[in-house]
Amino acid sequence: MTITTTTEPMVSQPYRVRAVSKETPDTFTLSLTPNAGSNGTTFQPGQFSMLWVFGVGELPISISGQPWQRDRLMYTVRSVGQATHALVSQTVGSGIGVRGPFGAGWPIEAVRGHDVIVVAGGIGLAPLRPAIYHILRNRKQYGRLVVLYGSRSPRDLLYRKELASWVRQPDTQVLVTVDYGGLSWRGHVGVVTTLFKYARLQPARSVAMVCGPEIMMRFVTRELEIHGLKREDIYLSMERNMRCAVGFCGHCQYGPYFICKDGPVFPYENIRTQLEKYEL
Amino acid sequence: METLERIIAEHPFFTGLDHDFIALMVGCASNVHFKAGTYILKEGDPANTFYLIRGGRVAVEVVAPQHKPIIVSTLSVGEILGWSWLLPPFQWKFHARAAEDTRAIALDGKCLRTKCEENHDLGYEILKRFAQIMEQRLEATRLQLLDVYVVRR
Repeated sequence: MTITTTTEPMVSQPYRVRAVSKETPDTFTLSLTPNAGSNGTTFQPGQFSMLWVFGVGELPISISGQPWQRDRLMYTVRSVGQATHALVSQTVGSGIGVRGPFGAGWPIEAVRGHDVIVVAGGIGLAPLRPAIYHILRNRKQYGRLVVLYGSRSPRDLLYRKELASWVRQPDTQVLVTVDYGGLSWRGHVGVVTTLFKYARLQPARSVAMVCGPEIMMRFVTRELEIHGLKREDIYLSMERNMRCAVGFCGHCQYGPYFICKDGPVFPYENIRTQLEKYEL
Repeated sequence: METLERIIAEHPFFTGLDHDFIALMVGCASNVHFKAGTYILKEGDPANTFYLIRGGRVAVEVVAPQHKPIIVSTLSVGEILGWSWLLPPFQWKFHARAAEDTRAIALDGKCLRTKCEENHDLGYEILKRFAQIMEQRLEATRLQLLDVYVVRR
């Protein structure tokens, strides 16, 4: 996997907020466009940027838009603290500093010809969305696409319209579940691992890409192995407090790795022992 | 035309079960259909049946005071509904409602308990299958209890 950065990785590029859309009560997608004179950037699905909210601070956020669009970067952000609240409160036209894209993304080129199983929990669907976009755009180069998505409740589901449209794509299975449902919810209720029994999997020719809370990913990796996937065919996206984003500062050290530089996407086999340690 | 015997034998819950055992169970089985919105079982009622779901979707609901009904799981084709018929005091612990029009095979729990007492090999096969379902649902419930999507600071 290659690491792609701007020529000056510590220098932010000026972008403007093009649109802000509300996904759930606390989660928003920002669409940014580069200032005049910039060519913008492409990215590898699974990579992240450092977003600088002027006067507040800098945040690592996964890119959630279409990887081939140079003139637009999209970020889905859950408002959970002062900095993320400031970010989602930006209005159209506001300036944002963008560094990156950084890190190792999903092995999207290496898995051509394979079935792809995408397993996402909560906001973990955001870093996986560019991979889904890529596969759907290059549909004939991949086998079956299976998307398993779990969320806490129906109101916490991201990208509802797109989920509905992906269902209609050829050789694509999309299953959605919520941990708790109300009477108005017509879909599946149960944790994301309960979806595996409905998934049409061909484990010998499949690669899995997983993103969500780490506890969820532990359970999901176990389920994938039970269903016959080999460890080396499972990839996870990790999240830590990235600061420099290029492996200098050490804030995101994870065992022998820096998540910003060596990840955020890792082969499961490489980080399995770390995932089994308390409080790491 | 599909016979009850064949339907039971082809249900994933009974995969690999000896043909003689299936023949024994057929006498306890019947085809049932529930319209969407119908309650299939209610908490506190005697538990004398379990269901092999053949189509549709069933919502398992918890009765929580001051709350609307909370759906804690859904069950679909290939799954089973209900194990309270197997263990004393033989009462349902949840409500179950047909979330969609649902087809199932109902197995009379009293009838099956009697057959299991008479034939312990059958009883062991049934218990092994239910134990696996209980283990899977216990694990799913543990993960559900962890409430993994909540942000903790």
